[in-house]
Amino acid sequence: MIDFTKYLNETVKAIPPSGIRRFFDLASEMDDVISLGVGEPDFKTPWHIREAGIRSLEDGKTAYTANQGLLSLRKEICLYHKRRFQIQYDPQKEVLVTVGGSEAIDIAMRSLINEGDEVILMSPGYVAYEPSVRLAKGVPVIIELKRENEFKLTPEALEEAITDKTKLMLINFPSNPTGGVMSMKDYRKIVPIIQKHQILVISDEIYAELTYDQPFASPANFPEIKDQCIIINGFSKAFAMTGWRLGYILAHPTLIAAMNKIHQYAIMSAPTVSQYAAIEALRHGEKDVEIMRESYLARRNFIVNGFNQLGLDTFMPQGAFYVFPCIRSTGLTSEQFCEKLLAQEKVACVPGNAFGQAGEGFIRVSYAYSIEHIKEALLRIQAFLHTC
Amino acid sequence: MMDTALLLKLIDNNARMSITDLAQALNECENNIENTLSQLEKDKIINGYHTLINWDKTNTDHVMALIHVKVTPEREYGYDRIAASIYRYPEVDTMYLLSGDTEFIVVLHGKTMQEIAWFVGSKLACIPAVTGTSTAFVLKQYKVNGAIFEDDKDDYERLLVTP
Repeated sequence: MIDFTKYLNETVKAIPPSGIRRFFDLASEMDDVISLGVGEPDFKTPWHIREAGIRSLEDGKTAYTANQGLLSLRKEICLYHKRRFQIQYDPQKEVLVTVGGSEAIDIAMRSLINEGDEVILMSPGYVAYEPSVRLAKGVPVIIELKRENEFKLTPEALEEAITDKTKLMLINFPSNPTGGVMSMKDYRKIVPIIQKHQILVISDEIYAELTYDQPFASPANFPEIKDQCIIINGFSKAFAMTGWRLGYILAHPTLIAAMNKIHQYAIMSAPTVSQYAAIEALRHGEKDVEIMRESYLARRNFIVNGFNQLGLDTFMPQGAFYVFPCIRSTGLTSEQFCEKLLAQEKVACVPGNAFGQAGEGFIRVSYAYSIEHIKEALLRIQAFLHTC
Repeated sequence: MMDTALLLKLIDNNARMSITDLAQALNECENNIENTLSQLEKDKIINGYHTLINWDKTNTDHVMALIHVKVTPEREYGYDRIAASIYRYPEVDTMYLLSGDTEFIVVLHGKTMQEIAWFVGSKLACIPAVTGTSTAFVLKQYKVNGAIFEDDKDDYERLLVTP
């Protein structure tokens, strides 16, 4: 018998399996599970966008595209960012179309990090960030975001995390899993620090379109640090296109060229059919986004009020489609809470600590579900809380 | 300020949503929702709370027809009085004034084709202002008011838990 583990790369071996995976396995073995556990829209991709993909196949557009992505798509991406977020990029040199935001995160890390470079990450944060840093041999430095600050990044916390080895920071607002956002006012406080220390900012803005109550703000909105910013965005959340696997990076030409080096050898080019569908999404999809945003807004209110009425303290998130209720009052850990809830009432949520230790005491609940579905889940959670 | 447009969209999508649920979704108190709804009813913005029934799946005799109706407008009254003389018949379910070749489209519900034919021949066509009709029977309802009536053959599996 060969011991195959001896062939494995040590860095890969050292990465723990995702805490979400375990819940997925538990939940998939059960019947009648009502899930609040997904990190993707419940809407189907709007029909006109699907149709554009289908048409591209009918027209035989099935070959590779340029490594950086179709120029017509890159142009649309730049027009979109100018129109929606008032930030200008050059479609020739400052855009790279990727296979989802996930590839973008990976190649950004790999093209920038040297062994031992420190990368500041937020916790709770999306599950892929820390492994991506580790795979690139970087050293994650964690800032714990606090409920009392509505999970925003404060200048004090940032200043404290920076050392001479800091090269990068990665932020994700609106945030998965907390739903927290950073406004222009919030960024104004940290921009001078970023400028002073000349650190690069990877801003994962995949939930930019799902911002409620106030306009979306990006660190790249500040001209003094725009060139230090690497914007990651994509079509998954805004246009309900998760399965199309399409994202992009906006950054300084030198950085794009470096990332494109990895991209061209590892990926070649993002799926052509998805790129044609994405052009349609950017040209004619804003109304769809508006309809989905409105729908999420009603669900958000519904679920936040629901959790607070159940006695689980939940702040009103201003973005994404997650709420992050605090479950400390039950005396259970996040994992115990989620496991028991799944076993007793067949409701699937994700324990907060799957997103880093700072998530302990919380659960991540997605509201990418119909109000009827959320209502049923809340009733079951209520029944569960009576037994706690 | 109550987001009335969102309130209307929510009940347009599901008229059975309770006051409590609406209050929760709009972040408002129940009293506010009730008052706003009754005002919208008074203002005839909300004109009813209907169900979408696919009669084809019941054992009831049910036929639907769309009838294009050509009319000559009346001096002073235009189309409105003629329209009233048509839509007052209980058989008329829906009626619109159109631009284009014909003036009205009338949606009729009846038990049998004969019943609808009788109504068109002996009632509708006899109204003096009506100069012509063209009747199309509905063979199958695919989508009504945003709801797809087809059997949902969706075997697509959405993952239960994803990052």
